[in-house]
Amino acid sequence: MTHQTRRALGWSALALLVGTLSLVAAGRGGDGAGGGEASGDKASTEIEGLGSSLEEIKSKAKEEGQVDVVIWPGYADKSWASTFTKQTGCKVVTKDGTTSDDMIDLVSTGQYDGVSASGNASVRLMKRGDVSPVNTDLIPNYADVSHGLKNQDYNSMDGQAYGVPHGRGPNLLMWRTDVVNPAPTSWSAIWNATPTVRKKISIYDDSIFIADAAIYLKATKPDLKIDNPYQLNDEQFQAAVDLLKGLKPNVGEWWADYAKQIQSYANKDIVIGTTWPYQENILKGDKKPVEAVKPKEGTTGWSDTWMIYSKAAHPNCMYLWMNYIISPQANAKVAEWFGEAPSNPKACSFTTDKSFCDAMHANDESYWKNIYYWTTPTADCGGKGGTCKTQQDWVNAWTEIRG
Amino acid sequence: MTSVSHEQPSPRESPGRRLSKYFYRHPRLSLALLLAVPVGWLAVAYLGSLVVLLLASVWTTDPFTSQVVHTYTLDNFRRILDGHVYRDVAWRTIKMAGLVTLADAMLAFPIAYYMARVASPRARNVLVVAVLMPLWASYLVKAYAWRTILSGAGVVNWALDPVGVSFDGYSSTGLWLVFTYLWLPFMILPIYAGLERIPSSLLEASADLGGKSLRTFFRVTLPLAFPAVVAGSIFTFSLTLGDYIAPKLITSQQFIGTLIYDNHGTNLPVAAAFTLVPIVVMVVYLLVARRLHAFEAL
Repeated sequence: MTHQTRRALGWSALALLVGTLSLVAAGRGGDGAGGGEASGDKASTEIEGLGSSLEEIKSKAKEEGQVDVVIWPGYADKSWASTFTKQTGCKVVTKDGTTSDDMIDLVSTGQYDGVSASGNASVRLMKRGDVSPVNTDLIPNYADVSHGLKNQDYNSMDGQAYGVPHGRGPNLLMWRTDVVNPAPTSWSAIWNATPTVRKKISIYDDSIFIADAAIYLKATKPDLKIDNPYQLNDEQFQAAVDLLKGLKPNVGEWWADYAKQIQSYANKDIVIGTTWPYQENILKGDKKPVEAVKPKEGTTGWSDTWMIYSKAAHPNCMYLWMNYIISPQANAKVAEWFGEAPSNPKACSFTTDKSFCDAMHANDESYWKNIYYWTTPTADCGGKGGTCKTQQDWVNAWTEIRG
Repeated sequence: MTSVSHEQPSPRESPGRRLSKYFYRHPRLSLALLLAVPVGWLAVAYLGSLVVLLLASVWTTDPFTSQVVHTYTLDNFRRILDGHVYRDVAWRTIKMAGLVTLADAMLAFPIAYYMARVASPRARNVLVVAVLMPLWASYLVKAYAWRTILSGAGVVNWALDPVGVSFDGYSSTGLWLVFTYLWLPFMILPIYAGLERIPSSLLEASADLGGKSLRTFFRVTLPLAFPAVVAGSIFTFSLTLGDYIAPKLITSQQFIGTLIYDNHGTNLPVAAAFTLVPIVVMVVYLLVARRLHAFEAL
């Protein structure tokens, strides 16, 4: 190659690069403007292509033929998703999220029609404008949903619903009964680990777990005056982070992938830790010697909401899915499968185990008193006033703890 | 009208012919057209995305929604340089990459030497297939398989149990084993090619001059094959440096890849700033490798 050709090539490459970059920058600029806050009197529930009546939605859904959803593992198992496909003609394509941050990330790619968001994701999704307000008149089963779950700050904004409540449940303390004796009743089993469980503790790998430390501190260190484990001031936050730093050497595994955790419990690499009822169900189904409880200090938990992406490609199928998943039959199936309390009380008569709703304390509000649903930490302490650590502080601290 | 023109049509009248002549006269244009697609691809898909990524490192995030806000700041770099976490993680990863490269080089050299110098043509073919075979299986399957192997209830501990030793597989040692296994073919193949390129006449000359086999190996074969080892090390080193799946599955420790992965959703600018570390490390590594003539052995 001569010197001149090389120079010519160099210039054309540079020109191409600059051209592309300016295109990309222009595209990004457009995106930024769209992510504004939804404000005004009543947010519009309109989504491009969405039918204006249930009949229209049903006929349009047949043309769409598909719905892509980001879910917590197990929320759209074939055993009820296939019934939905038969009824509506919408194939259900799922993508598991591992943490709320992960789910937000997935939704913002724009490839999905909806998401089963927990409180710490739903609030941010609404603020980001990633999800659209929902016209509950087009979702007949919404009327049956428990009153206490409707119009909460994690599933509505300015009195406008942004989705349908799916169900709720606690994060549990799970252990192998053949190793851990006697059965623990307190989170101190992990925070004050005995030599038997050291290096064999499984901890959820997300900054939201700092709240679990705060719940333990709330019970054991009343001086800190922790009220809400998600809204912590400097001193409370530092205490929780220090507690976690002390826990770190005893952690055998940080999990976000539920399959990884199941394998570790099955192989006895992990003998105690924090988990979802879903893993408990699967391990017990495999006849593994595990047991799980809600410890006496209380626990973190979730109240999930099905939300629709603001630029959903298949809005009609998504509306039908939101209606279907809170129908008594489907809500019963998913609640029993994952191990959570259904959002629709009518579901309780459709569970295979007739005592399921009682076991889940679905209608026993006193049980839920010390279950703190996942929510996003904010600078204004969730609107209570004062100065609290933000979501970003939590994430940064988590990086420190994990590093 | 004459029939002569029909029998001998002038080549000038064909448009294709004219075009080819035009390109013949303008060699630079034809070169540019030929290279436009591959160079464009390189510029847009590779360099373009890299520049966009690095641009992201000077933005900030909204503390509530974690969305990227286009406000210029250098705080992300400050956090990475000041905080011990990022330094520890970077150092841990570089150390791992170095140890994996060392182990792979020591394992790969004898295998490649046997393939290139000792084995019969038939055995050589079988070995080449055997080395390439693991690359046909999905990386994820192999990583998960290693998770099972290294588990407390896995085959490693089962084999060690009679001796009374237990091995903590989900540790940096375990991860080192997994990486060494995963990237071994990338080391064997360049060394094999490098050894094959050494003319036998040089080895014969060494023998003629009285060089014994060991002396010939250290004075002739190894120096000539060394650039190939460095070439292979580029793969093993860089693949270890950036990987995030194996560390996620095998250990609870953070590495460069896992830290970037964890941060990309919650704090994209910091994640983008941190990518500068492996980029700088790799640039230095490649400069040294070039000095050692590794690029000629690729």
